[in-house]
Amino acid sequence: MAGNYGYVAVFAIVGVAFAVISLVMSWFLRPHNPSGEKLATYECGEVPVGPAWRQFRVGYYIYLLAFVIFDVEVLFVIPWALALRNLKGQGLGLFAVVDGAIFIAVLAAGLLYAWKKGALKWE
Amino acid sequence: MPFDVTELVIAIVKALVVFVALLSIVPVLIWMERKVIADIQIRIGPNRAGPFGLLQPLADAIKLIFKENIITQGADKVVYFFAPAVSMVPAIITFAVVPFGDTAHILGRKVLLQVADVNIGILYILALSSLGVYGIVLAGWSSNNKYSLLGGVRSSAQMISYELPLGLALVGPVLLSGSLSLREMINAQGRAGVWFIVPQFLAFAVYLISGFAETNRAPFDLPEAEQELTAGYHTEYSSFRFALFYMAEYVNMVTVGAVATTIFLGGWRGPFGNIVILQPVWFLVKLFAILYFFIWVRGTLPRLRYDKLMKLGWKVLLPLALLNLMVTATVKALAPQSAIPIMSVLSLVLVAIGVIALTIISARSTRTPASGLREPSAEGAFYTWES
Repeated sequence: MAGNYGYVAVFAIVGVAFAVISLVMSWFLRPHNPSGEKLATYECGEVPVGPAWRQFRVGYYIYLLAFVIFDVEVLFVIPWALALRNLKGQGLGLFAVVDGAIFIAVLAAGLLYAWKKGALKWE
Repeated sequence: MPFDVTELVIAIVKALVVFVALLSIVPVLIWMERKVIADIQIRIGPNRAGPFGLLQPLADAIKLIFKENIITQGADKVVYFFAPAVSMVPAIITFAVVPFGDTAHILGRKVLLQVADVNIGILYILALSSLGVYGIVLAGWSSNNKYSLLGGVRSSAQMISYELPLGLALVGPVLLSGSLSLREMINAQGRAGVWFIVPQFLAFAVYLISGFAETNRAPFDLPEAEQELTAGYHTEYSSFRFALFYMAEYVNMVTVGAVATTIFLGGWRGPFGNIVILQPVWFLVKLFAILYFFIWVRGTLPRLRYDKLMKLGWKVLLPLALLNLMVTATVKALAPQSAIPIMSVLSLVLVAIGVIALTIISARSTRTPASGLREPSAEGAFYTWES
């Protein structure tokens, strides 16, 4: 198996090398001719007002928090899904399903709570 | 393990072949997209560069290489410089675990037609494809442009929201095959004699819809909604860096299509059994069928509004993915023999539930107007904006 990750590493090196080489290569080929107006940020022809780094709505963070919770759930569900086959072989299939159902039900309750609380509502 | 030169040569050759193949699919796909969209819209599409306009993507790439690179005033130069690469590299290396054929015998060695058969294949795909969001959000943030910033945060919220149903949809096939390796998944489909799209149709639908959102494709292309955000996160990008973003989008599309092909459509399996030469052909045929579907959807469906997009992800796809997961797990654990025949029947029921859920949710959203917009009031004031 270690060999397989070696293959992945070689592939990753090829991918990174492509990105780096193409960026460097285009550096030599392209013209460089900056001027004040050309470098202004694009705001549909208006003169930009203020910097772009300012507040944006908190709604994005709420989705982010919900995402973290459920992404961890996905991570925990995958080993459970893999173990299910062995547990079934040992006659513990029902036990494994009920266990998994409880875990998912707790998180589904969390989703329902966020839903009712309006956290998933975009406004 | 002793160092084996042949092994290294094989690794390098395989990596280069897959890489070049992947990068040559991209211009073909761009050409195909433009032609198909043109057909849908009753236009001709590209027809000047080369026969049938086939060389158009190449001409575009060459043009972009020779264009001046503009770094806007006040941009964070380092992040701005690396963001396209951060977007491009994970898109490419996700492809490493996708098998496009069984084993071939080359120079007396067994060579897997796949860059690497990693035994955590699906986790690898989920992990790397979620890195793509960094490239987009960093590009949006570093440009010092309001459109870019909005496109970047929009896109990050959208991509992480749809990553959940995407990941959960893949657990159903994992349960049926009992493995995370993509190669093992194809073998399981061979043993079952049926592609996993049959017992896991709901998972397939959820995966594909989430895939549209993950790759920022229409109808979920809000990060680059032209009317609102000019070009979203890559508004300020020009020259070859823009080309990298453009390519990353298409490579991501190919990867989503390839994973769907492998997990739900039997990968390289096809009629006429074990002819190794034909396996990559079957793989490509299925891959391009899915990619055609991507383009078809883009040409057909209008863009979703942002609140509806979030609603679809969190209130429809995520519960449906959980439902599919629980049903599959229950059947898998309790079925006396194989779970696949029972799931094949149940998948029809699940799809019916999915359609009903979608209908209810979308009916509710058409009745209540979006918040912020009021119904026309009796005084005759038309839609007014709150706050």
